[in-house]
Amino acid sequence: MDDFYREVIIDRYKNPQFRGTLDPHDISFQDDNPLCGDHIQVDLRLGADGRVAEATFDGHGCAISQASADLLMESVIGKSLNDIKQLTRDDILQLLGIDLGPVRLKCALLSLKVLKAGVYGLKAASDDLVD
Amino acid sequence: MTASNPMSAINIPFDIEHIRADFPVLNREVRPGLPLVYLDSTASSQKPEAVIEAMNGFYRCCNANIHRGVHTLAEEATAAYEGARARVARFINAPSARQVIFTRNATEAINLVAYAWGRANLSAGDVVILTEMEHHANLVPWHILATEKNIRLEFIPVNEAGLLDLDEYRRLLTLGPKLVSFTHMSNVLGTITPAEEIIRQAKAVGAVTLVDGAQSVPHFAVNVQSLGCDFLAFSSHKMCGPTGIGVLYGGKEILEAMPPFMGGGDMIKSVHLRSFTPNALPYKFEAGTPAIAEAVGLGAAVDYLSRIGMDAIAAHEQAMIAYALERLEEVPGVKVYGPSAQHKGGVAAFSLAGVHPHDIAQILDEGGVAVRAGHHCAQPLHEKLGIPATARASFYLYNTPAEVDKLIEGLYRVKKVFS
Repeated sequence: MDDFYREVIIDRYKNPQFRGTLDPHDISFQDDNPLCGDHIQVDLRLGADGRVAEATFDGHGCAISQASADLLMESVIGKSLNDIKQLTRDDILQLLGIDLGPVRLKCALLSLKVLKAGVYGLKAASDDLVD
Repeated sequence: MTASNPMSAINIPFDIEHIRADFPVLNREVRPGLPLVYLDSTASSQKPEAVIEAMNGFYRCCNANIHRGVHTLAEEATAAYEGARARVARFINAPSARQVIFTRNATEAINLVAYAWGRANLSAGDVVILTEMEHHANLVPWHILATEKNIRLEFIPVNEAGLLDLDEYRRLLTLGPKLVSFTHMSNVLGTITPAEEIIRQAKAVGAVTLVDGAQSVPHFAVNVQSLGCDFLAFSSHKMCGPTGIGVLYGGKEILEAMPPFMGGGDMIKSVHLRSFTPNALPYKFEAGTPAIAEAVGLGAAVDYLSRIGMDAIAAHEQAMIAYALERLEEVPGVKVYGPSAQHKGGVAAFSLAGVHPHDIAQILDEGGVAVRAGHHCAQPLHEKLGIPATARASFYLYNTPAEVDKLIEGLYRVKKVFS
């Protein structure tokens, strides 16, 4: 438990740094985790160089899903869209600093799935994006 | 935390340690030194030795395909399968075992009614009444039919107290519904619905009735003849039996008038290149090789529950939920959904301020306590409650007041982690 709910996760859950929406934005996407009803929206603004200048997330969910979204938004600032397309679940696990079982992994990966679906310009998010 | 003395407050109608010894999994530790506290029986119950052994015994002694075989094993397998059907019929007081159809689960039983009865009997504009606290299993089959047939779905509302609004139900009945399909016990709120009254009023306007008994049949005595329902659906795995088998009970005339559900072997009397004649009840609705060992397991589960007595089980769960609600209310920030103990079965869905239900469940698991978190396949009900998800503790015949205390201790740990 002490491992799982690391201080950074509880802290990011209670005091997220990147919660909100961006209007206008260059990229916006949202999706749900049908198993638990978690919902995440991601908005991005790009700079003149095409790299991410601002990133926010909004929605609701467990500490793992919300903390991973907050950490992910922080990590993509300055990245190109191509960099984002290369992100994998290992990057998320590294950000969280914990190992997760299959059910909670879905919570942790929801924000990455939403982010990549938006960057790829897809109509619907797919689990293939984070496999 | 106040240490109460639960054993003195609760009158358990049977020897709980004796019952617990019947369930091998209850002996396991979740992690070394951490005994299992299983509070998720509403999702799926644990299985007693008698059920596990009955299925093992079937495979070891007399496994063969049923019906039409002449050899000894086929005869024995058929007798075991049909014997299970007869036991289930007695358990719900069905007039005849022919009215007990084995399906995959309660979900498939409801789908059978939607596809076979619904397609043949419902047309554009026909009204089907459901409730706001249905499991997805009693919503989506009707959504699919509504898209296909343009039927009209109406819902009996759930009021603030977590009970069905029967005044609104009476108003909906003036629409002349063809079907009233409703849960006997909510898998979230635990609400036990006044099924006899709902059915009596539906029949008065000529509506067909379907009872989703997935949560009622495992937990208290259900008698289809005193209910007067046309259909009753339930699942084996929630009542100490195996997964993979469920039951649809139906009235004889209505089942006989229905077209078949799935086509294949066993459901036919004769087949020609361009036509077939369906078999008699119940085989007409059982296409292909059924779950034979699972039926044997369900038969053993029914015997096991009957031996203990459904009234004793219901009394135990009533005592458990009353104690659980009392203890949950002591925890600051906890909100329990649903009616007071007298109107509900052994289900407590709750939230804890500032903590997502998944996190509650995860931290409880660290203490060996198994609860479920999510919308429990009742998303519309959660929308009505205005929350995305709840944590849910549920109780069965093998749970003890000491396990409720473990749940409460766990909730204080959750509060500490998130403090």
